[in-house]
Amino acid sequence: MEELIKTVNLGHSYRGPEGDMVTALENINLTIHNGEFVAIIGTNGSGKSTLAKHFNALLLPTSGKCLVNGYQTDEVSNLWAIRQTVGMVFQNPDNQLVAAVVEEDVAFGPENLGIEPCEIVRRVDEALKLVGMSEYRLHSPHRLSGGQKQRVAIAGMLAMNPKCLVLDEPTAMLDPVGRHEVVETVKSLNKKGMTIIYITHAMEEAVNADRVVVVDRGKLAFQGTPVEVFSQVKRLKNIGLDVPTAADVAWRLKLKGLVLPETIITNKELAVALCP
Amino acid sequence: MSITFNDVSHIYMPGTPFEQTALKKINLEIKQGQFVGIIGHTGSGKSTLVQHMNGILKPTQGAVTVEGIDVNAKGMSARDAKQKVGMVFQYPEHQLFEETIFEDIAFGPRNLGLDEKEIERRVKTALEFVGLDFKTFSKRSPFQLSGGQMRRVAIAGVIALEPKYLILDEPSAGLDPRGREEILEQISELHKTTGVTVIMVSHSMEEVAKLADRLVVMYNGQVKLDGSPREVFRHGREELSRAGVDVPSVCTLLAEIAKRGLTVDGLPLTPEEAAEAIWTVKGRHS
Repeated sequence: MEELIKTVNLGHSYRGPEGDMVTALENINLTIHNGEFVAIIGTNGSGKSTLAKHFNALLLPTSGKCLVNGYQTDEVSNLWAIRQTVGMVFQNPDNQLVAAVVEEDVAFGPENLGIEPCEIVRRVDEALKLVGMSEYRLHSPHRLSGGQKQRVAIAGMLAMNPKCLVLDEPTAMLDPVGRHEVVETVKSLNKKGMTIIYITHAMEEAVNADRVVVVDRGKLAFQGTPVEVFSQVKRLKNIGLDVPTAADVAWRLKLKGLVLPETIITNKELAVALCP
Repeated sequence: MSITFNDVSHIYMPGTPFEQTALKKINLEIKQGQFVGIIGHTGSGKSTLVQHMNGILKPTQGAVTVEGIDVNAKGMSARDAKQKVGMVFQYPEHQLFEETIFEDIAFGPRNLGLDEKEIERRVKTALEFVGLDFKTFSKRSPFQLSGGQMRRVAIAGVIALEPKYLILDEPSAGLDPRGREEILEQISELHKTTGVTVIMVSHSMEEVAKLADRLVVMYNGQVKLDGSPREVFRHGREELSRAGVDVPSVCTLLAEIAKRGLTVDGLPLTPEEAAEAIWTVKGRHS
């Protein structure tokens, strides 16, 4: 697979409130391929959001480097190309919407690129369709639900034709229905070929990824497929992370002496293992 | 000694095209000393409900009383009644504003006209309750803290008012698992040691089920279910999912297992309890 984002010995430190140097990230080597769905998990303060902000040059490495589609992020002349390649969606839907009408909000990005109006209309149509919000195109964003707002924010990014979406805890402020809407949207985008980097501490959402990367205290702790990562119940609990309920219950049953496969992470898998 | 709702209805923007009935004829009594979880889907009316408890919203119909006094009446007694009810809003860290943590927490008590000695005592106790060391933190700026710490300072600001009734609107939203657990533990500890009545709003069954001794499920502006967590789960599984409430993930897991023919006794709510219950059935057979 083609490499899309690559960090080489990436480190990030800044001056803290007391004037001392704080190391947020240390020696991160991570490669993300075209079309991949990668979940990055870690506790608050682990550095996972700091890492994500390097992927579209919102933050620059203080040591090592970060490459997006071959462009080095600390080169100012690469900035436009990088920002168009990698779109970012944040936690709070209310902070990301800028216009008074949904379609204008989605058109904001491409308008700033100076794209032809008919092309903008086409892109807005397509982006709203991809997130399932076409019927709301003339609504006012502030009257939408949290999940709908977040999908409009995603559409705004899609209208820029990026190769990759970075979503930084996009469901943290949403209710169960909104969470479901956003997760399903992200999954369907990935199926259509969009590279997804999904930052979360909701383990049930990370299970959808091809690969899970665990960040702990500024370092890349370990990574692997969801099964490989979530079967390490004890290690994740020590870091302060949850595991999916099925993995947790399976782990406790194994401790009691029940023989179960090592790979259980979903409810269905545990149900099948218990009642073959 | 209680907060009571007598036939309370609330309509937002009445007489406009945006008119919306948020509460329909609510009758509810919250007794002193209870730990009540209020759950419901977005738009079910749970935040509207709690904002009536200290007069932030006025009922369109009906009356809300705190210890027998109508909170929307005029005069000093209604003011005193409202002061018994402390409210922690959603994302309370957005309300921090002072230069130091001490001053931020002292803001409320100072407005109550307390003397400096009493103010200091209250700030100290409040910080202790939320697990922040007074010496280390009191002189720092609240804006240099992590998200979880800011949240705790904001909660301390309400605890320092020493309310008899403490309302928290989604106190754990947006925190990571460890931060969530810490805050919930501290609220539970506060409830146990001071006997303060806690009213906690959430859309996660999971967290309220463990702490609350009573659950009130809101749906469509009405109280759909009301009882102990186990009662609510036992009688209301279907109604809960219709109300759009997240049932504890353990319940979903056990339902899946039951579909394949393994049923367990009791109503496990945590992974520990679920493993124990499955083990009692499976261990017997193997």
